[in-house]
Amino acid sequence: MPALASIVLPTAEEELWRYSRIDALELAAYSLGSLTTTVSGDESVVSRESRLALTDVSSEPGDAFETLHEEEVGRQSTGGARDGGAVRVATSRGQVVATPIVIMHAARESGVLSFPSLEVDAAENSEVTVVERFTSSVGCRSLLVPMVKIRAAQSARVTYVAINELSRDTWLIGYQRASGERDSSISSSTIALGGDYSRVRAGVRLVGQGASAKQIALYFADGQQMHDFRTLQDHAAPRTRSDLLFKGAVRDTAKSVYTGLIKIRDNAEKSEAFQTNRNLTLSSGAWAESVPNLEIETNDVKCSHASTVGPIDDEQRFYLESRGIRPEVAERLVVFGFFADVIDRLPAAAQPDVLRRKVGEKLTAAATAGTGATTGARS
Amino acid sequence: MSTTAPELLRVHELHAKAVEGDNDILRGFSLTVREGEVHAIMGPNGSGKSTLANTLLASPAYEVTSGTVVYKGDDISDVSTTERAKRGIFLGFQYPQEISGVSVLQFLRQALSARKGIDLSILELRLAAMDWMKRLGMDSKFVDRHLNQGFSGGEKKRNEIMQMAMLEPDLAILDETDSGLDIDALRIVAKGIREVRAARPQLSIVLITHYQRLLDEVKPDFVHVLVDGRIVATGGMELAERLEKSGYDSFRSERV
Repeated sequence: MPALASIVLPTAEEELWRYSRIDALELAAYSLGSLTTTVSGDESVVSRESRLALTDVSSEPGDAFETLHEEEVGRQSTGGARDGGAVRVATSRGQVVATPIVIMHAARESGVLSFPSLEVDAAENSEVTVVERFTSSVGCRSLLVPMVKIRAAQSARVTYVAINELSRDTWLIGYQRASGERDSSISSSTIALGGDYSRVRAGVRLVGQGASAKQIALYFADGQQMHDFRTLQDHAAPRTRSDLLFKGAVRDTAKSVYTGLIKIRDNAEKSEAFQTNRNLTLSSGAWAESVPNLEIETNDVKCSHASTVGPIDDEQRFYLESRGIRPEVAERLVVFGFFADVIDRLPAAAQPDVLRRKVGEKLTAAATAGTGATTGARS
Repeated sequence: MSTTAPELLRVHELHAKAVEGDNDILRGFSLTVREGEVHAIMGPNGSGKSTLANTLLASPAYEVTSGTVVYKGDDISDVSTTERAKRGIFLGFQYPQEISGVSVLQFLRQALSARKGIDLSILELRLAAMDWMKRLGMDSKFVDRHLNQGFSGGEKKRNEIMQMAMLEPDLAILDETDSGLDIDALRIVAKGIREVRAARPQLSIVLITHYQRLLDEVKPDFVHVLVDGRIVATGGMELAERLEKSGYDSFRSERV
């Protein structure tokens, strides 16, 4: 890896980084380091090595951080580094891993740039669930550049859940790259409540006939937080199916961005692709942007996309308040209602009940902080 | 009907406009409602019927420009929507809002807790709702559906009446509860209103409507004709019958 200060970063002028906070990043302020990573679950399927290359799972050219990530993982494996190195979950043919593999990353020191690396390599007709949780201590001004690579062989079933519970000082620029072969199914979910600026680029590529992918995200930014998502649903085989549901809320002066592309290649006839992104702006100072895109190169496909950004409807508030429900309780009801379908669709490994509680805590914290969200939205 | 029943609501010379609009829609509206009375307010489109209903609940979409609203002896001009509801004013909406992801039961639980200060368990609530659902001819799965989402017009209105029954208000304002209902649905809703009255005779109701047909089912004590934001005539059922026969035009000439 070259000296961090000498790396030329992209800028927000580039389409790929549009709306991002990349211009605020000074790599020179960081030094290369690692996180505390612990893995629990069936040890027989876990090793500390990397065998998948980015090109095995992604059809997009790697961006600046993906390239850095790949270089760093390569350096660690040749150097024989074990702790902090890549985590590999690999199943054997037909194996069903009964309980989720849980990977916990904790960042404690400020000024550290780390490249947590995970790969899930599911052999034919096997089944595995992997949960990756990112945490950091309060005041930890570090940058995490994680990448998960998922390869689902024929008829394999992979469930992946990423949970961002970073403190409000930590940055994350993350990548999820998944590739599904014939009749495989991939479920990839992201829960983002934490971080200062956190960005996830999540792509699924369906390369075998009948492969399917489900992508889900729930994000909720408050204070000065920003959540930034870029998604790709890449259909490169017939009869493939992808379904994406991303829902987020922003309040105070927080921001969120969703940019998503459905790409149906010319050999992907009879495919189905759905993309839905909905955003709730809970304060007048909060901002959300949603940019859906379609690129379809063949006929005989079924595609739909929907995207919305807006505050809680005044008439909804009035209806609830007309029944004596206090404004902050009304807002809570509507926000929980808004997230209900996405929480219902999350896999059990995402612990929906814990998530509901955390969303509730976030709403309560904001309400008691007197952010004036209610009046802001109604003014 | 006794005129000695205590006064519940006194609206005096009320002027109100839509926040987004320039001109007053209500222009000197006055009405006194005593405990247990049923008042029908009939008016053509644009006469101020919905403005009245929304203003009585302090909707943020409307603004009172002058006049007073006294409820249970207090001037409630500065009282919020939430607080008005807690004090016992209920609005049956013409267009009840759809709220995704929130079940009727969850909603009722919050509303009951706010109105009556009691926290019923989901089971207790289900039992309480069951009784009214039966009376209103609703399926028992109704309360598990998301609030008003995918409800038919009749289901939405029955849901409003069920809420009125369970929240036990002192004053219910029903805004065009009859609109869009076929005759069977109208009869079910009217029967619901009669049953709530039978259970709680002290309940006062302001029925806002365009047509006479609901009034045939729920006999009001008074019929008022609302034209251009104020009451131009007050009487009994004979007024409603006259309206049905000759329309609102004959009342416009009675304006001062």
